[in-house]
Amino acid sequence: MIKKESMQVISSKEIAKDTVEMKLENSYISETAVPGQFLHILLEGHSLRRPISIADVDKEKKLVTILFKKLGSGTEQLAEVNSGALLDVLGPGGNGFTVDTKGKSTVLLIGGGIGVPPMYYLGKTYANQGINVISVLGFQSKEHVFYEEEFQELGETFIVTNDGSYGDKGFVTNALHKVGKFDNYYSCGPLPMLKAITNKLQEKTGFISLEERMGCGVGACFACVLPTKTEKGYKKICSDGPVFDAREVVL
Amino acid sequence: MIDLKVQLPGLNLKNPIMPASGCFGFGREYSQFYDLSKLGAIIMKAATGRERFGNPTPRVAETSSGMLNAIGLQNPGVEKIIENEVPFLANYDTSIIANVAGSTIEEYELVAGTFNATKDVHALELNISCPNVKEGGIQFGTNPSMAAKVTEKVKKASNLPVYVKLSPNVSDIVGMAKAVESAGADGLSMINTLTGMQIHLPTKQPLIANKTGGLSGPAIKPIAVRMIYEVKQHVSIPIIGMGGITSAEDVLEFLLAGASAVAVGTANFTNPLICSEIIDALPATLEKYGFTSVEDAIGKVVI
Repeated sequence: MIKKESMQVISSKEIAKDTVEMKLENSYISETAVPGQFLHILLEGHSLRRPISIADVDKEKKLVTILFKKLGSGTEQLAEVNSGALLDVLGPGGNGFTVDTKGKSTVLLIGGGIGVPPMYYLGKTYANQGINVISVLGFQSKEHVFYEEEFQELGETFIVTNDGSYGDKGFVTNALHKVGKFDNYYSCGPLPMLKAITNKLQEKTGFISLEERMGCGVGACFACVLPTKTEKGYKKICSDGPVFDAREVVL
Repeated sequence: MIDLKVQLPGLNLKNPIMPASGCFGFGREYSQFYDLSKLGAIIMKAATGRERFGNPTPRVAETSSGMLNAIGLQNPGVEKIIENEVPFLANYDTSIIANVAGSTIEEYELVAGTFNATKDVHALELNISCPNVKEGGIQFGTNPSMAAKVTEKVKKASNLPVYVKLSPNVSDIVGMAKAVESAGADGLSMINTLTGMQIHLPTKQPLIANKTGGLSGPAIKPIAVRMIYEVKQHVSIPIIGMGGITSAEDVLEFLLAGASAVAVGTANFTNPLICSEIIDALPATLEKYGFTSVEDAIGKVVI
């Protein structure tokens, strides 16, 4: 259940160009969060909270890691928040990925840019349960690459950059032919990337995490809806998602 | 002991605080955060005759001290609201106000009349001021004779008190208020959002897909207070005030201007507990400024 919690900033550092890794302490959220859920963070002077996906959780240390890109006034302000400060957070938000190992031996993670972070906690959870994890991660250029080593620890990892300055040149879809057999795929990234992936992997079972500008972040305001092939005809990204079965939504 | 009770047509409010239409859905999400029985009333999200999907996304954008929205009246339709949403809210000890929207006078009549079927709705808020739909909505809200006509028809179709929600996107708010009062409105609800626009410099595109949206939040509060004050001088029906309220002090300001109760909108997004916190803070705020009850403060601006 989503709650209004206070989270203390334990550390904050820039780990790639414009990309900040922040560790936050809170027992309720670290105990209850599952991969794919998000934090809805209030920043002083802003009327709308900022939804940021959970990148990792350390239940023992009660730590939640978020990774975000400085893209506007809210995320720039968040990047300036110092260690020791308290953040007003709604969380854990939304429905995350279902981690189900039954009948699975290998899962494929496909992350693009700031869609990479939620893939990490999902991959770590699968790896801890003995499932092979293959990751394909796409970034704009070499200076934007982050968490390469962390993903390599989980399993085979392919890096792609748009400009070819690191790893393969192009988009994540260009690297999919390198990937061997897998059971399910999981993906988060820009909409054009998700469209290309769901199209290319339509024979496979896959789950995608979507983002959209949000209002309330709890399902009340209908700001972040998307059309679906279900009977109801739509889903709310913040509360029905952000994770959806790739075949259920209309991108 | 500070008395927070307010008596309005159809509404026996334990306190003057209610979440505004469209900012609270049908209450379910916020019931995770506090007991909705604490609220004076709940104004439900707009109901139309049939299900509406609404506008393309993005539908919201932050602005200085507020936000723009163009949701486009997404809702499951009046019948499903009565079937699925009203019974949930009826579990709580609070008044329920249904927000009635439409594209034609016939649709407004249909939606208003359909709510006669449930005893759990206590009043209607007639939404003639949504700026985000192509037809209906604001057309009725910016033309006094159209506003009067739809008010009269809805009054005939419904057996509930009708609060007409006024648009601030007019040059003569008093004229609009008087027109709907003469047409039989039991009360007013004001103000709806102001039409606005914001452009994202890197893409040079509007920040919301609908191009324009309704501006809400603290940025519009002085406009709301001014309009309530002006209207209060010229009408005798009660006013539910709204527009950028974020604190008990803001509530008192609206009461002084002439509102009898208030709705809190955008602030629910910033803080899901805001209505509950305002209700807790209200007695001390009234006391601090020398009032012993909410009713005591209504219209008491000193000019």
